[in-house]
Amino acid sequence: MNKSLTNQKIGTLDAEVLNNLLEKYSKELEILKWDMGASVSNDISVQVQHGNAKQLKGSQRNSMTLRVWNKDNQVGVTSTSDITSEGIKKAMRGAIEASLFGNKKESPEFSPLAKTKLEEVNSQISNTHTIDELLNILKNAEKDLIDTHQSIDSVPYNGLSESYMERIYINSEGANRHMKLSQSSIYLYAKAEEKNKKPRSAGGIRINSNLDKLDILSCINETSDKLISHLNYKAIETNKYLICFTPEAFLQLINAFSSMFNARSIIDGLSLMNERSIGNQISVSNLNISDEGLHPENVGAFSFDGEGTPTQNIKLISNGILTNFLHSEATARKFGVKPTGHAGLGAKVSVSPDWLVVSKSESEMDKDESLCIKNTLKEYILIDELSAIHSGVKPSQGSFSLPFDGWIVNDGKRTSIEAATVAGDILKVLKSIVKIENENIVTHQGISPHVWVENVSITGEA
Amino acid sequence: MTNTLLTKLNENLLFHTFDERLKPQIEELLSLGKSAGADLVEVFLEKSENISLLAEQDDISNVSPSFGIGAGIRVFHGKKDGFVSTNDLSKAGLLFALNQALRMLGLTTGTKNNYKFVGLSDLKDFGKKKIDWLDNSPDLDESTLKLLQATKSLANKNKNLQVRRASYSRNWQEVLVAASDGVFARDIRLHQTVGINVIAQQDKNRSSSARRYGSSGNPDDLRNWEIEKSAYELNESAQRMLYAGYVDAGQMPVVLANKFGGVIFHEACGHLLETTQLERGTSPFNNSINKQIAHKSVSAVDEGISNHAFGSISMDDEGMEPQNTLLIENGILKQFLSDRAGSLRTGHPRTGSGRRQNFSFAAASRMRNTYIKQGNFSPEELIKSIDDGLYCKSMGGGSVGPTGQFNFSVEEGYLIKNGKLDKPVKGATLIGEAKEILPRISMCANDLDLAAGFCGSVSGSVNVTVGQPHIKVDSITVGGR
Repeated sequence: MNKSLTNQKIGTLDAEVLNNLLEKYSKELEILKWDMGASVSNDISVQVQHGNAKQLKGSQRNSMTLRVWNKDNQVGVTSTSDITSEGIKKAMRGAIEASLFGNKKESPEFSPLAKTKLEEVNSQISNTHTIDELLNILKNAEKDLIDTHQSIDSVPYNGLSESYMERIYINSEGANRHMKLSQSSIYLYAKAEEKNKKPRSAGGIRINSNLDKLDILSCINETSDKLISHLNYKAIETNKYLICFTPEAFLQLINAFSSMFNARSIIDGLSLMNERSIGNQISVSNLNISDEGLHPENVGAFSFDGEGTPTQNIKLISNGILTNFLHSEATARKFGVKPTGHAGLGAKVSVSPDWLVVSKSESEMDKDESLCIKNTLKEYILIDELSAIHSGVKPSQGSFSLPFDGWIVNDGKRTSIEAATVAGDILKVLKSIVKIENENIVTHQGISPHVWVENVSITGEA
Repeated sequence: MTNTLLTKLNENLLFHTFDERLKPQIEELLSLGKSAGADLVEVFLEKSENISLLAEQDDISNVSPSFGIGAGIRVFHGKKDGFVSTNDLSKAGLLFALNQALRMLGLTTGTKNNYKFVGLSDLKDFGKKKIDWLDNSPDLDESTLKLLQATKSLANKNKNLQVRRASYSRNWQEVLVAASDGVFARDIRLHQTVGINVIAQQDKNRSSSARRYGSSGNPDDLRNWEIEKSAYELNESAQRMLYAGYVDAGQMPVVLANKFGGVIFHEACGHLLETTQLERGTSPFNNSINKQIAHKSVSAVDEGISNHAFGSISMDDEGMEPQNTLLIENGILKQFLSDRAGSLRTGHPRTGSGRRQNFSFAAASRMRNTYIKQGNFSPEELIKSIDDGLYCKSMGGGSVGPTGQFNFSVEEGYLIKNGKLDKPVKGATLIGEAKEILPRISMCANDLDLAAGFCGSVSGSVNVTVGQPHIKVDSITVGGR
């Protein structure tokens, strides 16, 4: 049987065939137990340039991660994109070989929640579109964006995509998880240039489960508004400033330090927190942060994680107090709690947040109630987007030094900042929050209000 | 999607090695594409076998083998192209992908008959001499032992190294490229990297430090790794930075160390010399061939031919042999890096720079081994020339905006006072713009050295080498606290 186990037209996985095959091979190869996560996806995407198609792409992809327990209960893992019977057999042999080096001190097990009931998320699969339809939509978006202002000369980075993904998790004890997802996204990154000035750029992104509901107009308007506001720029002086983080920027910062909430990082000594940190006050007392993979606005939500554990909403910081960590099966067992649905699949299982939600707790007043993005007259720096997060953040030390796009605001008037970096310590930032605004704003990476922080170091070029 | 020319739909290309025997099947695909009216059809086939290992403290904590197969089919029509990738290497799967790529460009198989496809050339087999590379690489026993030696060596260096990690990754790839202009070439690639990193903790102070080493085409690389030397250097760096204070922000002269210091040139300048950037209209150097864009002390190359360097290749991912491409000579821009599509759209000749992470990406113009050439000064002379500045001994990563604005973190920095190295500092970020900084590189030392790295861009993450001698930048913005 050498035929592919996926149907290339619609990309469906046959869990029963896979299960039978894995059972057969596991008996042949003396495997104690096994589990497997697999996915197939179908994507099309387009890029345009000055009204013409630039790049048109399509893909049909498969992948499988297979985990086996050998007769000494050591775990081995392997992954493959060859989901044929031969490919799977090869992967299983690879996993057995890897299991001989399995870590006896810390071995994963099946999640105790791998067969419990799942929440329904994103069950609607949208209709497909042709590549020509995507092209026309993006060409129009490019034109509309360039037409918004005479200085906008191009949209050098852009893309519109439509994806269909299917994921399964099965194990030798009968767990059987299955879910389909559709997702569309658009990004527009435009460039503008005025005489005797540096070129400026700005961008926007939108994601939806359905291409027909993708809010392209707001993406165009956001990109255009930002870019026009960056045309008049100036260098700022190096100093300590009052900062307002936009929802996007604050979520970027919290995500960059999400190892604070990550039980795997804590066990590995890579987190600012430790096992005894639960219950500690780590921020101002009116800050709440939770991870809400099941939030209806999270269009990329899956109802189960890599180990088959149901996705759950978890409170991380409540009233400024560290409340919970994110767990895999192995970390939960070590901490004496239940898995939280944030695991990958591996011999050493990774843990990561799904969708962070930042909000204001009503239990305490803000330090400076007067601050408001809409009418504050004080001088402050509005940070819109952080860059170089992979290199400018030291999660285990809490420090960061990051370039950003933003404005200096005086008397309510915004002037773009030519180039600058913001530096600090995350725990100090969390305790220097002076205002959390009331309006919660949905972004593609989570939900947050504008958050104000005092006395933050900014390096400018003036 | 059925087609009478391809009748054995379940025949799977996987059951052949990538060699001459595939020729008739691939020629059928290419012929079909040409008959539909495509100007050029390219098929890229790939098999991969990878291993990644991790040792933490005194245990092996992760052993992850992975296997991959796939194909990327690209169709050109005029200056447009359509690209489809698939894991399904059956004839049915490849035909489905070809048809999808053709449809993207408004083409359909069987609609035109006046095509001319003369067939593929004889196979140019760069992989023939590399058949034994995979078998000659260290097995899991040997590899895991080496990593545990590394973490043990670190443990012996200092008790305050609370986190000690060593990782190894071996990526083996077999590729076959065939195009309707006759290109038919095969290659085998072997890349190995080892990484070590530590977190030192003393009282309430913490520092982290990391190093990575990489090679291509050298099965013995891990065996020859000088563990003691690497562990010594890493520990020294972590200990020095443990009590470092934060650097004060400001404009100042800096000296950037050799090896990985070249990452700034790679990111802030090299990318702007790729035709991918010219096509977008985002490179400030678009019309600067034969113009002075850098200080006259700066000459720079991008090449794919240095023995065992991480970015070296026998052929690029479009079947072309690599070159030694002179980018900048005495400050004057000489050439751009170009792939097939870039050449088609910008007119700049191909340089053997068409690269991709794997079959799921269309090739694009990408760097290989990129470095500033060495000059005549000693590194000490660069330091001596500065009264008040910063020495960047070890660079972290960074980011570059679409028009060359860059930001890079300094992992290990030292103040320079009156021509001498002073106390260590942390938290420094270098901020600038390629066009403004290149003319300020006023001195190049005589100690060129290279470092392995990964470069992420439009065609995925590819192995590259960055490099430079020690260089002096007369003035740059340093971000700090």
